[in-house]
Amino acid sequence: MRKIDTQEIESVIYKMALDAGVSLTDSCKAALYAARDEESEGAAKFALGALCENFELAEREKMPVCQDTGMAVVMMDIGQEVVLEGKFLGDAVNDAVRRAYKDGYFRKSVCDPVTRKNTGDNTPAVLHTTIVPGDKIHITYMPKGFGSENMSRIYMLKPAQGVDGIVDAIVETVKIAGSRPCPPVIAGVGIGGSFDTCTYLAKKALARDLGTHNARDDIAKIERRAYEKINALNIGCQGFHGNITALGVNCEWAPTHIAGLPVAINIQCHCMRCRKEVL
Amino acid sequence: MKKLTLPLTSKDIKELHAGDSIQLTGVILTARDCAHKRIKEIMEKGEPLPFELKGAYIYYAGPCPAKPGMASGSCGPTTSARMDSFAPALLDAGLGGMIGKGEMSDEVRRAVVRNERVYFAAIGGAGALYAEAIKKSECIAFPDLLSEAVYRLEVENFPAVVSFDSYGNSIYD
Repeated sequence: MRKIDTQEIESVIYKMALDAGVSLTDSCKAALYAARDEESEGAAKFALGALCENFELAEREKMPVCQDTGMAVVMMDIGQEVVLEGKFLGDAVNDAVRRAYKDGYFRKSVCDPVTRKNTGDNTPAVLHTTIVPGDKIHITYMPKGFGSENMSRIYMLKPAQGVDGIVDAIVETVKIAGSRPCPPVIAGVGIGGSFDTCTYLAKKALARDLGTHNARDDIAKIERRAYEKINALNIGCQGFHGNITALGVNCEWAPTHIAGLPVAINIQCHCMRCRKEVL
Repeated sequence: MKKLTLPLTSKDIKELHAGDSIQLTGVILTARDCAHKRIKEIMEKGEPLPFELKGAYIYYAGPCPAKPGMASGSCGPTTSARMDSFAPALLDAGLGGMIGKGEMSDEVRRAVVRNERVYFAAIGGAGALYAEAIKKSECIAFPDLLSEAVYRLEVENFPAVVSFDSYGNSIYD
């Protein structure tokens, strides 16, 4: 057994949240520079140049890259040999988020779904916990903006639709989203599982670095096919047309039922601010 | 890049075409989902709005809090399509124009043409850049809505692209 005080988790998430709000992942920065250099269209090239200038400025001045500092999504894989001590884990996560959003001058974007009253401190965070073997805690922190979250979709495909159906679902989702989610986008895709696990897989897929591929060749092939088809849609940066509509397509999978083929597509804008730590 | 001062003149508007990259200087007002709902309710009751709508430019945005020494926190545009159902009535009531991001409905496009206005797209996700373009910020209505309140922003060289021009053209076509 390994004892971990939730105070330690709180400190780590606080730092991750502060850092994530003001800087993109290295792979996202590299992808945006490459997109800017590759794009030839007028307004889209202008916009990509502005986006690169923006993340450089944000990091230098410690300002939010995007004013939508998102809902705080925390995914924790907790080793079953870990014993958590101290305050309740959910409280530790929310306390970290509350402090980071205040200290970082981040926008508080969480509200009641019906009355629309803002909670005022960006809590509660979205917390996913999974029990895994071992004595470590893997923490993934992702502030998730909703311009892109709103464009996400789930398809309950028929098994007969197969790989072509999966690729079409991914491409159609990006096409329907059009200019609205702040393209160039990243598509996180869950393939299989059930209605709920499929969407979680899609979010998990987003956390994977751009430029990496699924370990399974057939899944990696789906990623490449969808990526190429999306970039042929001519939506372009901000919907201003051009060759760069997606920075990447990341797929994760899980076994599913013989009667189904769930495919969830979680859309992320060009502002990928994920952080990962191991305790 | 063309530099424009708000409010735009009829001549300015006629010279703008979908796809033009421009920079705006002048006064704009933020309003997004909740503020629009309130504006609509007040207008439907026939009561006066807490700010002048005629000739105003609405920026679909909700800023981050300002850090000490800055006029505004990060303040890029939000998705305009969520305001599709509000924009035509506001344009018909004299709104000067809108700034946001992404496509808006055909009904909005027709209202832009009918009123000889322009819909501009700011660069979505460039929140820090826009904070730099904001020289002064003041909450002028609905402070209880926090980031969704109406802020009067004085902006200089605010980068944008003409999305819908007064001729009915769209950069998204």
